[in-house]
Amino acid sequence: MNFPRGKVIAIMGGSGTGKTTLLRLIGAQLKPDRGEVRVDSHPIHAMSHTQLYAMRRKMGMLFQFGALFTDLSVFDNVAFPLREHTELPESMIRDLVLMKLHAVGLRGAHALKPAELSGGMARRVALARAIALDPMLIMYDEPFTGLDPISVGIIGNLIRRLNDALGATSIVVTHDVQESMKIVDYVYFLSGGRVVAQGTPKEVVESVEPFVHQFVHGEADGPVPFHYAAPGYGEDLGIHR
Amino acid sequence: MQRTTLDLWVGIFVTAGVGALFVLALKVGNATTVNASDGYHVIAEFDNIGGLKVRAPVKSAGVVVGRVEGISLDTRTFRANVALRIDKHYPFPKDSSASILTAGLLGEQYVGMDGGGDEQNLKDGDRLKVTQSAIVLEKVIGQFLYGKAAETSAAK
Amino acid sequence: MFGTLSGGLRLVGRRTINAVWRMGAATRFMGLVLLRSGLSFRRFHLMIDELHFAGVLSLIIIIVSGLFVGLVLGLQGYETLKRYGSAEAVGTLVALALVRELGPVVAALLFASRAGSAMTAELGIMKSTEQLSAMEMMAVDPFARVISPMFWGGFLSMPLLAAIFSVMGIFGGYLITVVIIGVDAGAFWSQMQSNVDLRNDIVNGVIKTIVFGAAVTAIALFEGYDAPPTAEGVSHAVTRTVVTSALAVLALDFVLTAFMFTGV
Repeated sequence: MNFPRGKVIAIMGGSGTGKTTLLRLIGAQLKPDRGEVRVDSHPIHAMSHTQLYAMRRKMGMLFQFGALFTDLSVFDNVAFPLREHTELPESMIRDLVLMKLHAVGLRGAHALKPAELSGGMARRVALARAIALDPMLIMYDEPFTGLDPISVGIIGNLIRRLNDALGATSIVVTHDVQESMKIVDYVYFLSGGRVVAQGTPKEVVESVEPFVHQFVHGEADGPVPFHYAAPGYGEDLGIHR
Repeated sequence: MQRTTLDLWVGIFVTAGVGALFVLALKVGNATTVNASDGYHVIAEFDNIGGLKVRAPVKSAGVVVGRVEGISLDTRTFRANVALRIDKHYPFPKDSSASILTAGLLGEQYVGMDGGGDEQNLKDGDRLKVTQSAIVLEKVIGQFLYGKAAETSAAK
Repeated sequence: MFGTLSGGLRLVGRRTINAVWRMGAATRFMGLVLLRSGLSFRRFHLMIDELHFAGVLSLIIIIVSGLFVGLVLGLQGYETLKRYGSAEAVGTLVALALVRELGPVVAALLFASRAGSAMTAELGIMKSTEQLSAMEMMAVDPFARVISPMFWGGFLSMPLLAAIFSVMGIFGGYLITVVIIGVDAGAFWSQMQSNVDLRNDIVNGVIKTIVFGAAVTAIALFEGYDAPPTAEGVSHAVTRTVVTSALAVLALDFVLTAFMFTGV
């Protein structure tokens, strides 16, 4: 798989097909059994602790439920990576944080605690935090899950806009077909830990390949069977013929 | 919570904790008494040390002057060698005597030192010749009964 | 018959392998905590926060419990010693009991249930809400930034808390026997001072609290870090912290006492 610079790429697939695992591999939170992950053409799993942490400074990740630090305010959450990695004076940090929050439309909420935010707002704050260090690679783990349609639209819009503004690469793990088709440049389909299909959104929607067709159009039965692998129904119920 | 109040509370906590350690060391413990590492050794031989323990105090006229450092048995003479470490601020004459005494009726046993009249003082490694052993209750009772029996047989 | 026997043996085997695996994981975990503790000392306010979390917040329960333990010790000690006509020795009894045993042990048990459980819960929740992962992805090492300061905060708090506990206990004993019952104050203090030894009693007691503090904090942090990322997992981990810490403190207390006070 390739994730070229400047593009927004979606990774799709049913639940449990290894999408989140893929993100963890890219972030080197997991080690691969086989194969290699290269970020900016450096093999990331061969790196020392220090090199890895230097590389992670260039990455941003948006977790499924935001993963905001619950004991810090919105402002402090966004300021966290800046304070950890830079020696900037507090006044400059304040300006930067407010700029990032403004970009996600939540400058007015900087004094709130994460517990006071709605799901969509929390994810936007987490997004502001993920881009605090202007990363070159932004990863989104299920950014649309559990949000109302308006919030989904806002987040989708932000992903595209921020990517273009930062000139970064974005990887969006999702199974929201409608929203992602609008914003991404390229799609990979995963199933059972393998890439089964890929293409631009247009190619994907028009695809006649059974798996992609089933996924994109949300059909209950198809190459991904409705039934989990099981012995014969009659046999399981004890009806012998 | 505000940074400053938090700092204040931690300051109070640490001060109270360190203060408590000092109170324990100075008010509760006997930090000010005999510093056992600074002194001289003498060995006292006893016929019987009773229940004397290592680290028991050595007292003279009721003042703690040292501690018992070690207890061993001399297998040649079958007497007990008790090593005493005595504070260097308390020199004792060479002919001082040591005895094993008991604090109160049931209290722990300690070594009592009685100063002699010699002009020379004890030096590191000296032996105390004059000692009085611990009173062993069974022996005292035994002697008492023996004396009684002798009395009654004499009266007959 | 043979089936149940081999089943039982298999269970023992599995449990043993599991226990050894966890011991290894815990050792590795503590190694990382110690290895990455540089930041805790360079950015001191991280540790101040944790001293507040582990120490200041445990202060009330330590002070109140210490006072009551001292009151009870004074009362019970007086009632017993009075029969032998040595009521003045109550000061010695209270001080020795607190400094040698009750101070370190009871303070450690309270510390485990107050601060240890809170540490486990905090770490477990941070893990289950992916806050630790998020930190890693922000290139901030959670061991250096969160776990090590927690460890040092707990480690430093424990001896201070135990000392406060002992002092409060002795004060409680003084209050009940001297102020209320009327034991002679001079005898109370002088008996205490002549029988409590700095090296043998107080220093040994402090060594105990240091060992207990390290053990309880390490258990609490490992349980939190190792907790399954679910609500149930975190609540089980909190329970395990309290139970394991209590057992560890009592067992370590026995071992340390055997080495320290029996003259072996």
